[in-house]
Amino acid sequence: MIYPYMTSKNLFQKVWDAHTVGTLANGQTQLFVGRHLIHEVTSPQAFGMLREKGLPVRYPERTFATVDHIVPTNEVSEPYSDELADAMIKELRKNCEVTGVTFFDVSSGNQGIVHVVGPEQGLTQPGMTIACGDSHTSTHGAFGAIAFGVGTSQVRDLLATQTMALNPLKVRRIEVSGSLASGVYAKDVILHIIRKLGVNGGTGFAYEYAGNVFDDFSMEERMTACNMSIEGGARVGYVNPDQKTFDYLKGRPYAPAGEAWDLAVEKWKSFSSDSDCEYDDIVYIDASEISPTVTWGINPAQAISIDETIPSADDVSPSEKASIEEALEYMKLSGGQPIKGTPIDVAFIGSCTNGRLSDLEEVASLINGHQVKEGIKAIVVPGSQIVSKLAQEKGLDKIFTKAGFEWRNAGCSMCLAMNPDKLVGDQLCASSSNRNFKGRQGSPTGRTMLMSPTMVAAAAIRGEISDSRKVFNS
Amino acid sequence: MALAKISSIEGTGVYVPGNDIDTDRIIPARFMKCVTFDGLGEYLFHDVKFEQDGSKKEHALNDPTFAEASILVSGSNFGCGSSREHAPQSLYRAGFRGIIAGNYAEIFFGNSINLGMPCVSMSADNRSKLVSLIEADPTAKILIDLVDLQVRANDLALPVEMREGARDSLLNGMWDPLEELVGASNAVDQVASNLFYT
Repeated sequence: MIYPYMTSKNLFQKVWDAHTVGTLANGQTQLFVGRHLIHEVTSPQAFGMLREKGLPVRYPERTFATVDHIVPTNEVSEPYSDELADAMIKELRKNCEVTGVTFFDVSSGNQGIVHVVGPEQGLTQPGMTIACGDSHTSTHGAFGAIAFGVGTSQVRDLLATQTMALNPLKVRRIEVSGSLASGVYAKDVILHIIRKLGVNGGTGFAYEYAGNVFDDFSMEERMTACNMSIEGGARVGYVNPDQKTFDYLKGRPYAPAGEAWDLAVEKWKSFSSDSDCEYDDIVYIDASEISPTVTWGINPAQAISIDETIPSADDVSPSEKASIEEALEYMKLSGGQPIKGTPIDVAFIGSCTNGRLSDLEEVASLINGHQVKEGIKAIVVPGSQIVSKLAQEKGLDKIFTKAGFEWRNAGCSMCLAMNPDKLVGDQLCASSSNRNFKGRQGSPTGRTMLMSPTMVAAAAIRGEISDSRKVFNS
Repeated sequence: MALAKISSIEGTGVYVPGNDIDTDRIIPARFMKCVTFDGLGEYLFHDVKFEQDGSKKEHALNDPTFAEASILVSGSNFGCGSSREHAPQSLYRAGFRGIIAGNYAEIFFGNSINLGMPCVSMSADNRSKLVSLIEADPTAKILIDLVDLQVRANDLALPVEMREGARDSLLNGMWDPLEELVGASNAVDQVASNLFYT
């Protein structure tokens, strides 16, 4: 334990202590990781390294796999037309079979984006340590877990020992208080936080999200916010567990049941940050300042509210000038112009940030009577097969297709375009995903603007970046 | 097998300008369709180096003068974004052995140290001096000295920083923790059996 003498601790410190195995010679902590999630992109090399060293998977029952990045969303039968993608799914399937790791395969009905699958299966629980070879693992922090994105060598370490070498993080509490205006979503809150604190403002920190806005958020909204912690440089983001967390988990396949349930809830409650604990930093954010937010540049901190104008390189310090010029040139935008009215080519609703049932329900409740503008390609990719099934039971697929959206199968899809869903040339995509890096959506010159799913739908309908509150009269 | 003790890296340098160089830039996702890291060096900075028609862009990474460079110099927040180890793997496999930047995204930094590839931080002013030197004398040997935390090249001697634990790991040949982690299996089992969940 590195915090043994503290009488009050925050959640990060409590979870860290409960999972500490010891201190390594270089001073790092050997941390036990209770749940390990894997997918097809960052795990095959790790299994290969294990084979090379003749090491077995030490705790196969603590690792769970699914396939998400490369799965096509409009083709289910194998072999996939992309031979490399086909090799990757087969490799994962084989590795899981050989080692006894549970695999939520496409045929299981439980496949989906790993950060959607974990929570919906009840694998993600408060007080746990969770790791996955994927930076958006911070999503699981929504449940009061400490969840780390890791590299493939650490995936290897986790398979071999269920532990990894880490340095403890500082904790920054981010309190968002006040009322969110109508048409402002969790996505806008996190984009606003990243804009305020910077794309690397969170380096070395875990973010503890709090305040009445996070208290009032649903679990899925908390996941949206925690998901993008890494876009602000914070490897970990979390929300203290509460009754909503417990209600969400109850009855899920891997959640405790019967007598174990009550014991678990008591234990989970004990991990919440103590009211008098210390933080390395506290940031207060006024919820009423947050508007529907859109990125204009090539990193997620380059964001403005829908009513603002795109920053100009003339208005900033010389050190920022080069970054703004580079972003404007890539995005083919002009500084000083309104962001509203920027024409789009593609609209993407999905991803581990915003591909959950409530995201789809919210958009479906608004688009009735509207049509995607002619010439715009608009796709909806549910975050998992379960999300897809629940959405179809509610008839959401029909609402979307009637409005001119394509309804696809579950996967990461156009968030990073490792499957056939890609931008072409310099197409501009209004996207509910998490990254607007150069070339992120599959075309080296493709352009991405991040926003809430509702704002994506508004852009799809108008054919240009639009204020969803005006489009939908909300 | 004992790991190499890495106390310094020496080689010629190349400058990749820009802050917030993300891992999608270092290795675009479409090149991650693979089940091993072999061959990733070929795709390093692919879209920075090539036009869509495959022709080469004008960039130091395409300049034969810098073809042998093993030290990469860049801006701040290098390696932000995805956790893909494919990024440092592609750098390593393209021949890079050390990185000098303003600072680093955390996951990238850890992934690089795990490969025994030091990432040192240098102030913007000193990076400008180093870049001027590289541009004026591309064959200049650059030495990243982890003992003295200094980068030396010709008559330049510039201070750098590196997180203490990571530096110790490199200096003492303990940058890959696997063996030590495996060695603690009894303590691991103990923690696992005391946990409140299975």
